[in-house]
Order: sequence, then C-alpha cells, then structure tokens
Amino acid sequence: MARAAVPGRLTERLRWRVATLVEHREESAAARTLVFDVPGWPGHLAGQHVDLRLTAEDGYSTQRSYSMASAPDGDRLELTVQRVPDGEVSSYLVGVMEPGDQLELRGPVGGWFVWHPEDRSPVLLVAGGSGIVPLMAMIRVRGAASSRVPFRLVHSVRTPEDRYYQRELRLGQGGLDVGYLYTRSGPEGTDRVPTRIKAADLHRYGWPAEFEPACYVCGPTGFVETAADLLVDLGHPPERIRTERFGPSGA
Amino acid sequence: MAVVSRGFKGRPRRADQGLPPGQYRTEGFPVLATGPTPKVSRDRWEFVVTTETGQKHRWTWRELLALPAERPTVDLHCVTKWSKFGTRWQGVPLSTLLADVETAADHALVHSYGGYTTNLPVADLLDGKAWIAYRYDGADLAPEHGGPARLLVPHLYLWKSAKWVRGIELLLEEKRGFWENVGYHDYGDPWREQRYQGD
Repeated sequence: MARAAVPGRLTERLRWRVATLVEHREESAAARTLVFDVPGWPGHLAGQHVDLRLTAEDGYSTQRSYSMASAPDGDRLELTVQRVPDGEVSSYLVGVMEPGDQLELRGPVGGWFVWHPEDRSPVLLVAGGSGIVPLMAMIRVRGAASSRVPFRLVHSVRTPEDRYYQRELRLGQGGLDVGYLYTRSGPEGTDRVPTRIKAADLHRYGWPAEFEPACYVCGPTGFVETAADLLVDLGHPPERIRTERFGPSGA
Repeated sequence: MAVVSRGFKGRPRRADQGLPPGQYRTEGFPVLATGPTPKVSRDRWEFVVTTETGQKHRWTWRELLALPAERPTVDLHCVTKWSKFGTRWQGVPLSTLLADVETAADHALVHSYGGYTTNLPVADLLDGKAWIAYRYDGADLAPEHGGPARLLVPHLYLWKSAKWVRGIELLLEEKRGFWENVGYHDYGDPWREQRYQGD
C-alpha cells in the first residue's frame, strides 16, 4: 500500500540543508511562491513536503512543514506559502524574506500523499484554498513526464482573485480539466451560486466512481472532511481517497 | 551551524518549559489523517488484543466502558510541529487491558478501523503511560479526532496515538506501521526529536 518516499533513503538521516531564496512571485494577495536554491537537493515526489527551520539573530529557532509546489528540478525547489493571521513563519516567508536570504530545510518527507507518473489510473485532485499546492506539484510532474493520465482538478476558492497558478493553469495541459468552485463570489456569468463544495460539484467536475480514479483531497480540515465524505457517498472506495489536512479545527 | 534568516524575529520568547525541540504551541486541535474519517458504530465496535501465539482477547464497547477509567491531562506533540498543552481525556489504561494477557512480546503493532497501523514497544503501553481514550474535553470523542476510541500515548509523537483503534497485535519481532514504513521514526520520542528514521 504505502511506498518508500525515495527508495533506499529510509535509514539515512534527513539532514538540514541551507536554502537560499532565488526569487518570489505573488500568487494572490495573501500567498507567495518562493523559489529556493538548495545545493545537493536529492529530488522529491509530487505531494511531498519539507521541514523548514528559521533561526533569529538571538538563536531562537522554530520549524514548520510546507508542501512543495514544484516538480523535481535539480537544486531548485518551490514552495507556495499562504500568510496565516498571526503566522510566525508564514508572515516572514510571505512578507519579509528577499532573494539572497537563507533558511534551513530538510526533506523530502511523506510517502503517502504522493502521485507517481507510473500510476495509470485517472486522477481527481480536490483542493480547498492553499491545499492546491501539493496537487499542483502532481500536475507539474505529470507535465514534466509528458504523462497522458487523465487529470481533473477541482479547486474551491473564495473569489477568482484567490486562485493560484492562474497563467499556468489557463495554459493548461492536454488531458487536464480544471473546475473552480467559488465560495464567496464568482466571476460574471457563472451559473453556480457561490457556496461550499457539494456532491453536485464533484459529480460535475470529478470522475464517476466507476472510472476508479485515485482521489487526492487537500485543504483545511473542514473542507477535507466534507469533500472526502462526499466522495465516499458518491461511491469512491475510502482506500482510493488520500487526504492531507492543515489548519486548526474547532477542537 | 545555525543559519540566521535575515529579518526573522519570531514570536515574543516565552518560557515554554513543556515544549520539545522544534515544536510550537497551538491552541487549536489540528486534525491529521490519511483518508476519509471512518464511520465506526459503537454497537459493532470491538477492541482485540492478539498475542504472538494467536490468542485473542476481545472487548465490546459496553465492556470497555465498564472498566475503571482514568482522566489524564496531557500534552500532545505532533510530528508536524504543533504541540497542544493540557488536553483532558478519559479512557482505560492499557495496563488494565493487558493485565491478563499472557505474552513475551516486546513489540506492538496497533491497528485501526480504516486500515491505519503504527508500531511501538509494548513497554510504552504499560505503567500508566497509554490509554484507550473515548472522551475528550468532557465530551464523547469526535470522529475526526479518532472516535469512538483512540489510543493515547502522549509521551510519543501523536501519530503513535492511533485514531479509530480496533486492536493491538503483540509481536516478538518489530513490524513497521503505516508512517514508519515511509520514513518516520520507529520510536518517535519528541524530546529527542525522533521524527524520521535515522533521527
């Protein structure tokens, strides 16, 4: 069932590496893609994450995990980070860090929420907000591998301005369908009333369960709970639904 | 070789005595799981301990609730870096459940409804350090937090505290569980920062 993240690396200690910011791009008002140069980066699978360690002048340090957005590309590695209110690390990454600045990073981590280009099943990606990041890595790995596996992405965002990777997804890939669900306000002329994800949305933009797709659901806890339950109700077997959740729940 | 991130200030420092290395404090209760939340009915729920000889010890929901419970208040440490302090639980200590189980096993593989597994030493289940917990913060344990019942082993990273627990397999040799198989640590002591294999 589960596979080794990167075969043969299981017992080798994941060591901290120095990452230098090369450039950054705004994805939305609250999110930024950071491109790092990480000498000796061993590569990663689509969907994996890294641990970051930030250290202040006085020696105080803290760690966070972030999903990678990019396909493997030598020593280059991209993260997309959304600023969270009062976010100790995200506000630094999104608002302060500039090219040439450094942090420490180790990984890749995680071997479950991953897509392998050798997998032949159709793929359904369901993203809530910044949950699109590891799913975008899957789309990019698909593109890099010239894979023809049919992909569908359903991305739930508050408004059209909250979409990430707009240019790249508009350009698209053959065999990749993208559907947006707006929860607060949609663009002019959309027939769907802005609301949270419903069974009809997955029916319309997803794959029928008979196609036996591999489903990946990522987003805030409430979104993932809802979307995964809807997929189960639509007949997708639970073992075909992989989830990744983030953010605090009400407890 | 601490690399200083220019301009990184961090939160105001506070004396976080209970915070293991690399962790930060959270007030919410984040949820992590690998798939949809299993729907487990209490009527059909059972907890099964299987020894190395294949002997099975079973408890139904009613039988579990009839056992003397404890109310531990513990700190939780998740490998994804958050720690939550002073969480209040109610559950049956594993030492009670394992008291009459004859075994020479040193290793345990915990099984959950939904197929999740995790491994840990049997010794870490004993001596009042682990519970089958079914209430959290004064209410029945919510499904997304592992209800009807979850393992609670707060001195190890939280992925060892298997949600939707259904049984424990006692083994003479170590067998790796779900996350341990993909590179996470076999033991997972937050104070020694044992996140991944080799840490």
